Amino acid sequence: MIRKTPMLTILLALALAASGCRPTPAPAPSPMPAEAEFSGKIIEAGSTTVQPLAEKLAEAFMARHPKVEIIVQGGGSSVGVKSAGEGTVDVGAASREVKDSEKEKYPDLVVHTIAYDGVAIVVHPEVPIDGLTMEQVRDIFAGKIANWKEVGGPDKPIVVVSREEGSGTRACFEELVMGKDGPLITEKAILQPSNGAVRTTVATTPYSIGYLSFGFLDPSIKGLVLDGVKPTVENVVAGKYPVVRPLNLLTKGKPTGVVKAWLDFILCEEGQKIVVEEGYIAVR
Amino acid sequence: MNGEGAATEAMSPPCGRRFRLLSPRLRQRIAFSLLWLAGLLAVVALVAVTGYVVARGLHLINLEFLLTPPRGGISGEGGISTTIITTLYLVALVVAISTPLGVGAAIYLAEYAGEQRWVEWARFGVETLAGVPSIIFGLFGYALFVMALDFGFSLLSAGLAGACLVLPTIIRASEEAIKAVPREYREGSLALGATKWQTVRGVVLPSALPGIVTGIILTIGRVVSETAVFYVTLGGSYRMPRSLLSGGRTMALHVYYLATETRAFEKAMATATVLVLLTIFLNLAARRIVGYGQD
Amino acid sequence: MQARRLKERIILYLLAFCALAALVTLLLIALFTLKEGLPAFREIGLGKLLLGKVWRPQREQFGLVPMILGSIYVTIGALLLGVPPALGCAVFLAEVAPAGVRAAIRPAVELLAGIPSVVYGLFGMAVLVPLVRRIPVPGNTGYGLLSASIVLAVMILPTIASIAEDAIRAVPREYKEGALALGATHWQAIRGVILPAARSGILAAIILGMGRALGETMAMIMVIGNSIMIPRPLNANPLTLVLSQARTLTGNIAVEIAYATGLHESALFATGVVLFVLIVIVNNLTRLLMRRRK
Repeated sequence: MIRKTPMLTILLALALAASGCRPTPAPAPSPMPAEAEFSGKIIEAGSTTVQPLAEKLAEAFMARHPKVEIIVQGGGSSVGVKSAGEGTVDVGAASREVKDSEKEKYPDLVVHTIAYDGVAIVVHPEVPIDGLTMEQVRDIFAGKIANWKEVGGPDKPIVVVSREEGSGTRACFEELVMGKDGPLITEKAILQPSNGAVRTTVATTPYSIGYLSFGFLDPSIKGLVLDGVKPTVENVVAGKYPVVRPLNLLTKGKPTGVVKAWLDFILCEEGQKIVVEEGYIAVR
Repeated sequence: MNGEGAATEAMSPPCGRRFRLLSPRLRQRIAFSLLWLAGLLAVVALVAVTGYVVARGLHLINLEFLLTPPRGGISGEGGISTTIITTLYLVALVVAISTPLGVGAAIYLAEYAGEQRWVEWARFGVETLAGVPSIIFGLFGYALFVMALDFGFSLLSAGLAGACLVLPTIIRASEEAIKAVPREYREGSLALGATKWQTVRGVVLPSALPGIVTGIILTIGRVVSETAVFYVTLGGSYRMPRSLLSGGRTMALHVYYLATETRAFEKAMATATVLVLLTIFLNLAARRIVGYGQD
Repeated sequence: MQARRLKERIILYLLAFCALAALVTLLLIALFTLKEGLPAFREIGLGKLLLGKVWRPQREQFGLVPMILGSIYVTIGALLLGVPPALGCAVFLAEVAPAGVRAAIRPAVELLAGIPSVVYGLFGMAVLVPLVRRIPVPGNTGYGLLSASIVLAVMILPTIASIAEDAIRAVPREYKEGALALGATHWQAIRGVILPAARSGILAAIILGMGRALGETMAMIMVIGNSIMIPRPLNANPLTLVLSQARTLTGNIAVEIAYATGLHESALFATGVVLFVLIVIVNNLTRLLMRRRK
């Protein structure tokens, strides 16, 4: 439900036409015009990976336009796609590509990629391993390798931590690490309902391994070198780090009004700066 | 006395014979020591859980913590002001919805109801509703209020779901309070020519008021402590709710999110401490009110 | 006069309407939960849901056996750990404790009953899980049935203790005085006369505690691991079952409801129905057993 008045749209269109902030590469992209006064409410729901980023982007936008209220909720990527597709929210967030089945079900869905995000393999900081191969990671999460000594570590069982199904992060991990036709994640894995919860669990459980979004990397856990590539933003931008997914905001049909303004802000220089600050990769 | 003991010894089964060879006095000693232990265990459990949480969290509580909003993010910066407000709003909403219905139901069941079929069903409804796990109220609230009625994740959805949850509590507490009013009060009033309703309103309810208020306090306590219902109906936003249709986070939910998703474990402890202190306060308040009632 | 009669009537109807509120709510809940769960029952089938051993929604596998077992194991564990101390506490407070001690402990027990479940979950995460992890069995993560059972036991202890204590105190004094007059010691009077007389109340207390254990959600998902495996011993020693990770029916709903769509979402509502039916069965079974005994 896009809450707006027709007057506002016209004003917006004029303002945007006059300003020249467009989501296309420009040598020195201009900042968002501060003159246009937007008001209204935007409801966003979906991926918990996108959530903290969306919060920060919402805060920044609301700081410039105090009459706007942006509500950011979680729910997971699948909920993000569904809510956006059915129009129950203004903007849906998904940390993965839209599936073909979803495209069929919601043909009006418009995808706006606002950032890229790497998924890092993380372990408890006291695990004396710094890197693994993709094969090893796959076998560990499948349960085939069950002890750290099999990969050069101490003789301790590996505690696998994963996300619940429906998570975009898990979907990305399953597709790019386990493989489309690869093995399933072991049933013994401890499942947590968000990136943050995975981080907390891995940080406090000795000999544990898990995966999470780059934006959640911090000193309490250790990010592993994967196939010789460190999990850094630079490596993603250089195309070297393999486990990457787009962070998408979805709208039903082309966005208008205050929603469009927010999306333009996000794809703007200032918005993308926030993206990078939070640990994600800018679209440009 | 010992003869009695000897008789039981002769008839006792072989197992535990050693124990039975001890005199009844000694058996009592042992049994009572174990009972003392059990009694103290309750205290120890209480002290352990609340003491640990308070010890880890108390030092973080100051005016700033209570008055600044949470800032989100992994570091869990900020305070808990919005969660306090959300909790207050939710309590007000749930009490506003459930108290009239609950007290009304209690009055009917205690004062007016006969033995009709439907009254039996109504009572059955109350008893069964009391046994439904809170997550199911959450599911119900999600299906009906959040989705079907399109209220979304909001105070309204959570308030309605919460009211359903606490309804049996307020009905039971109120009904007991009303039933406890001595018959003479009613008879006196009726003898003076008052109608049934006048009696109820003027005599029974005021007498039962302490008990009813205790029920309301129990309700408040329930809303403050509940997580499952609101987890599914309130959304997870930590911002200040601007209207009935805004989502939010109660303090209890904030503890959950802080503990599982951020680095701010100490803040989770601090918020939990606030909850514990609030629970103690509500408990003492309920006691006081019942105390007044005794007068 | 007529006006007053009319007013009385209106009030009667209003109040009667209120009395039905609980029943109407219950029916609405049943209606909606069933309605949302119907697609799951239809497309997956009751048999597959109740007997299926694998829960992997992405692969259209919706077997609830791991969660049913998880809920049952954790509740049994909580009862085993919690009921003896709770009953002991009840007897202690009702019969043994001097008035001063009782005045101190009884409020403490009631207070314990009111503490939010997240606080218990928090304590479980911070203290119990690392503690249980110390048990030197390979594969022991700390998360699992044992931690969850301990948390639940502490949660249901005050509930069972206070209601059982009320039941014990409700036994007429003459029973006890009669036993004592016959020469029994206090303990013999308790064991032989008072407790049997209070039996139904004590049983009601335990049933209530059991209901609370089966229905607990948030504290569970914080300490039980939420794994989809059927809980089983970690090695040849069957006792290590308590160290296995698990997931409860309640946790199943809470962890996945926000992310589920379509058939998956419907299956979670079906989980709710199963949970509710389980609780009703368990409650009535125990009531039946109690009636048998009499």
